[in-house]
Amino acid sequence: MSVVNAIVQGILLGGLYALFACGLSLMFGVMRIINLAHGDIAVLGAFGVWVVTTQLGISPLVALLIALPVMLALGYGLQVTLLARSLKAGELTPLLTTFGLAIVIQNALLQIFSPDVRSLGAATGRLSIGSWRIADRLAVPYLGILVLVLAVAVLGGLQLMLARTRFGREMRATAQDPDTAGLVGVPAPAVYAQATAIAVGTATLAGVFLGIHASFAPSSGPTQLIFAFEAVVIGGLGSLWGTLVGGIVLGIAQTLGALIDPQYSILAGHIVFLVVLASPRGQLLWRRRAAGSVAA
Amino acid sequence: MTLLTVDSLVARHGLLPAVREVSVSVADGEVLALVGANGAGKSTLLRTIAGAHPASGGRVVLDGEDITGLPAHQRVARGLALVPEGRKLFPELTVEENLLVAGGRARPGPWTLDAVLGAFPMLQPLRRRRAATLSGGEQQATAIARALMTNPRLLLVDEVSLGLSPHAVETVYGCLRALIRDGATVVLVEQDLARALTVAGRVVCLLEGRVVLRAETSGVTREQVTEAYFGLSRSGGAG
Repeated sequence: MSVVNAIVQGILLGGLYALFACGLSLMFGVMRIINLAHGDIAVLGAFGVWVVTTQLGISPLVALLIALPVMLALGYGLQVTLLARSLKAGELTPLLTTFGLAIVIQNALLQIFSPDVRSLGAATGRLSIGSWRIADRLAVPYLGILVLVLAVAVLGGLQLMLARTRFGREMRATAQDPDTAGLVGVPAPAVYAQATAIAVGTATLAGVFLGIHASFAPSSGPTQLIFAFEAVVIGGLGSLWGTLVGGIVLGIAQTLGALIDPQYSILAGHIVFLVVLASPRGQLLWRRRAAGSVAA
Repeated sequence: MTLLTVDSLVARHGLLPAVREVSVSVADGEVLALVGANGAGKSTLLRTIAGAHPASGGRVVLDGEDITGLPAHQRVARGLALVPEGRKLFPELTVEENLLVAGGRARPGPWTLDAVLGAFPMLQPLRRRRAATLSGGEQQATAIARALMTNPRLLLVDEVSLGLSPHAVETVYGCLRALIRDGATVVLVEQDLARALTVAGRVVCLLEGRVVLRAETSGVTREQVTEAYFGLSRSGGAG
């Protein structure tokens, strides 16, 4: 039963990782930017919600409704001001820019909020600790289900948006050939900015649910970035449903690893990631990458 | 009425000038052929007019408005459309999606998805195919149809016959002739001199980035254009 429990908890944890990963995947898919500040942006969002929650004395889920539009605007602005410029300077510059941004965000948070570890769990109340008891050693937490449902809704919504809407078509066209997109009337800079806004928005969601589920501190970002990156690679680049599967595989690997010994939890996730990278699937990933750079 | 005026336009690739002080004008309803050897600057001229390549000097004026500084997507909104060399379709999008992307921000006008598919019946059965899986001729027809979806006032067409089978070239030119009969204004870059002279009303020949000949196609012989094309008259005396 404990194995079943570990798998169930892993699936639920995977929802959170998928939520972290989809913004990373979107920015890479549309702009070829690997956003090294993704985890720190998520933590920034969590701190934003924490401030609203403590100042107004409201639930983090309500505070999220206030913080989310701010973070969306921040994402839009980030692309227009910083990333659009660094994209002009070649492939590696955005990597350096987001690396720098990560350091700036971490240190700014450290300066303002101190290195203390915080949680949004207490303010959320019953939702963060309650669970359905299925069997003797199997309980399904409310929060885990909520996050998984949210992840499926966000990823499914994004997938539907990309496949069916005018905005989605413009985003895919711009991802494939930004110059030609301009020649048929699509403003690539605006599409990029909207994609970044969505990515920052989903990162904020992920950061807040990390804060409700566990805890966060100014230095929490990089760890979440690594998990998100692993989920994207395990699931396969460029597929949002793949990202969900990748997150779940990573989550299960971690909970099963923890079953053997708590200190193997994170390690088991890394091992699955490395195995995927070394497998034929990983080879495919590199080949596609090489083909992409030839086409560009 | 003059629709497009290009005034002393200069465009460079790095330090190398590809278009040197070219002035051309296109009247409403006119078909202008741009001819010249490889590297004469025809494609760069078209791309600079469309906003896909930056101008280093001179002006591009569309219907009285200076559009030299505008990005490509804003020129599309004002009625310029380029069918780029090499088609440049969005490979992972279906034919229909390629058309719809261009139609999404189109000026109001006669070209809707149905109208375009009516004008290009060969695309009808291909609607759900990914653009990458089409033949060269099918891709070229899609590229022209995609440009039409923006309801252009001026259509810039770059090397439509490049890399196509003779049969595909016939099909694509059949489509272009139909457009021209309906009064479209077109600037056409074409390597095939004979074809350019039959389709266009006026011809401009470029050599090393400069205009060396401009003439009505009715009043010019193939030999005269060929001389200008290879710069024979210039090396003979003018320099």
